[in-house]
Amino acid sequence: MSDIAIELKGIDKKFGLVHANKNINLSVRKGTIHGIIGENGAGKSTLMSILYGFYQADNGDIFVDDRKTVIRDPNAAIAAGIGMVHQHFMLVENFTVLENIMLGAEESQVLNKGITRAREELRRLEDEYELEVDPDAIIEELPVGLQQRVEILKALYRGAEILILDEPTGVLTPAEADHLFRILEQLKAQGKTILLITHKLREIMAVTDEVSVMRRGEMVATRTTAQTSVEELAELMVGRRVLLQVDKGPASPGEVLLSVENLTVRDGRGVDMVKDVSFSVRAGEIVGIAGVAGNGQSELLQAVSGIRRAVKGKVLLQGEPIHVTGKVDAAELRHRGLAHVPEDRQHMGLVLKFDESENSILGYHDDPKYLSGMFLNIDAIRKDAAAKIEKYDIRPPNPRLKTANFSGGNQQKIVLAREMERDPAVLVIGQPTRGVDVGAIEFIHKRIIEMRDAGKAVLLVSVELDEIRSLADRVLVMFDGRIVGERSPDTGEGELGLLMAGVEDAKEAAE
Amino acid sequence: MSTPYAKLPAWVDYGLIPLINLAVAFLVAGLVVLAVGESPLRAAALLIEGAFGYGEGIGFTLYYATNFIFTGLAVAVAFHCGLFNIGGEGQAYVAGLGVALPCLWLDQFAPWYVIFPVAILGSAAVGAFWAMIPGWLQAKRGSHVVITTIMFNFIASSLMVYMLVDVLKPAGSMAPQTRTFAESGQLPRLDWLLASFGLDIGGAPFNLSFLLALVAAFVVWIVIWRTKLGYEIRTMGHSPTAASYAGIPQSRIIIITMMMSGALAGMMALNPIMGDQHRMQLDFVGGAGFVGIAVALMGRSHPVGIVPAAILFGMLYQGGAEISFEMPQISRDMITIIQGLVILFAGALENMFRPAITTFFATLSGGSGPAKPVPAAE
Repeated sequence: MSDIAIELKGIDKKFGLVHANKNINLSVRKGTIHGIIGENGAGKSTLMSILYGFYQADNGDIFVDDRKTVIRDPNAAIAAGIGMVHQHFMLVENFTVLENIMLGAEESQVLNKGITRAREELRRLEDEYELEVDPDAIIEELPVGLQQRVEILKALYRGAEILILDEPTGVLTPAEADHLFRILEQLKAQGKTILLITHKLREIMAVTDEVSVMRRGEMVATRTTAQTSVEELAELMVGRRVLLQVDKGPASPGEVLLSVENLTVRDGRGVDMVKDVSFSVRAGEIVGIAGVAGNGQSELLQAVSGIRRAVKGKVLLQGEPIHVTGKVDAAELRHRGLAHVPEDRQHMGLVLKFDESENSILGYHDDPKYLSGMFLNIDAIRKDAAAKIEKYDIRPPNPRLKTANFSGGNQQKIVLAREMERDPAVLVIGQPTRGVDVGAIEFIHKRIIEMRDAGKAVLLVSVELDEIRSLADRVLVMFDGRIVGERSPDTGEGELGLLMAGVEDAKEAAE
Repeated sequence: MSTPYAKLPAWVDYGLIPLINLAVAFLVAGLVVLAVGESPLRAAALLIEGAFGYGEGIGFTLYYATNFIFTGLAVAVAFHCGLFNIGGEGQAYVAGLGVALPCLWLDQFAPWYVIFPVAILGSAAVGAFWAMIPGWLQAKRGSHVVITTIMFNFIASSLMVYMLVDVLKPAGSMAPQTRTFAESGQLPRLDWLLASFGLDIGGAPFNLSFLLALVAAFVVWIVIWRTKLGYEIRTMGHSPTAASYAGIPQSRIIIITMMMSGALAGMMALNPIMGDQHRMQLDFVGGAGFVGIAVALMGRSHPVGIVPAAILFGMLYQGGAEISFEMPQISRDMITIIQGLVILFAGALENMFRPAITTFFATLSGGSGPAKPVPAAE
């Protein structure tokens, strides 16, 4: 027996004109953790989808345990011992853990026998890999970290020897991520092979044995992790040298431009998502809100920017109150100098089916300079868009191209150009670099610092703790709808991580 | 996420693919004709001959097409806002009042060119009003327009029966219809238009409202793609979250769009009432409101697509009548089957042949000139 678990030879895949995977060769050694990194659109997900049978390669062969294997669909992948943990969990929310694990492997029409067997098997797996979960808990009542554990158990239950994890830490707190990595180490020790797909270089360095880098559909390099560095990997991903650390001088805060007092916001289900939150942002400073996704940051952003009605509280924009608890109007706030880069650019910040120039006026389309009477002034709009494209280096530089055809980073630049070029007093930004490639991250971070230095008040929400720490001048940590602490950005990651997990005496606990 | 298919040249996207879909629809329809025991080739010849072979046939084809342009535009405008207005039938039906009442009132003393603008405004206003109620219910109460507009078709139907039987029917008449309008309540026919091509439209009711339909198509294009209102409508249609982010007043846009849609459907009533029968009869809409849905789907909600799609359906109506006359085996229902197949392949299965065609063009351009760089979709 050789020690290669999976070998890909000459995998090639085209979608119409898009060449997603070009002649990919990859071999993964048995019992190792193998990382795959690359920018968005580099072809990582396509490659893993081919391996798991969602797509068929146009060319090339897959060898599992040295045997040529045709993987026509996910069932074939499971039969070949390949399991996958998706970025977005594939769990039935109102089923129990046990029911989810059995789903698709029920064995017979009558469930009783299967349940007993599954329960025993689950107990064995839990013991073997230290993956404790209550089999009778309902999925939606479990925290995200545990839900992910269920996904892993699901794959192991089906006899997976090779486990693919797609961006597994996106939704986890630092502590949960650490726990996940311990589990992965454990699995490795038991002889399982793990493929870890991520764009976070730090995770690659921390946990993998080997790492392969993809760029524009090609596999550009494979390195032994111990013999490479973050800088080298970043350069391989982007194809040029990138600045990972943001250069930023000290802040010189001025008057308060945005102040939030006792704000409470309820979501569609009637649950209070933001609870009695107060803070303020001054001119010339960046206030970062850190927290695990789903702790009320989205609702806070929406209430402040006039998209969601608050239940109670006050918000002052440049000293003047916003009618947050009544009929709020995003258009009016724009006129009063609040620009908003929303968290979800694909559904909220942009209309993907519009062309670039149409998106460059979204929200400002009532500005007389884009209109002549009730008609749109197409010439003025396109010229304005072309100027922004040049200034923000949006590629391809074509204001008439459909927005869906821009990459994530360029889409984000379209939104940033639109909001920043209005010269707002307050800039509210959610997840500025989510799904954005490394090259564009550098650019976006620079622009945000420039806004601060130009005397704008910047409120930044991000689930990337690194981003908050490198950009913000003050860090507020949000947990369960409350602001549980304010720290300086130099505070240790451990302490911030504990705060994000709701441990209020973080300092003591960290020590 | 973005579609995994690369961009095709416009002539393929808007010309070749619809044509292929249409060809397949006719192929399957041909098989059905064959199964009934008739010759599909003869049926096709009859269809085309009946619709385009002689002046009167063309006149009828364009007369039907006029109806479908109006109702197709009505459905398309609502589509752009993400609304599915199934109520074109009822809106056009009720809007008949907006046409017939001015005609009945004014035809004794005003010429047609005075009555026509009044009737246009009347039909548009009544149609808009009939669509406004479902629009308001959707915007303020969240009642789905698909449901409410269907309900309003039934209400329209009952209302019009009452109006025609109990209010508008001349005393002593047995037929549920208004009196015939005097000559000034009738629209001029466009026989001169076809005569300039050397065609004689005979008894076909091809009339001035066809030109009005073309003007409406142009106005719809301007409003949707060139005005601030159109921009807001399209933003709503593609992404309601983006619309609320942009501060677009959603309720207002929904109500205005439904009113525009209803006004377009309402103007359809001009064609049969003022242009053809010169009186308002029971059930004069005759399903044109529903055909409008197919026309909008096939025309991709764009006026440039809707006009030819409407003419195609006009052809199916007129040529189909001719087939069922010549081939007794093939009833009117067969024509409905053919129309259904056209909708199935042109509307519902629109993407069936797209991957193959895309691959074909990718290989073509791969060999010759430089392929356009398209960002990868993950």
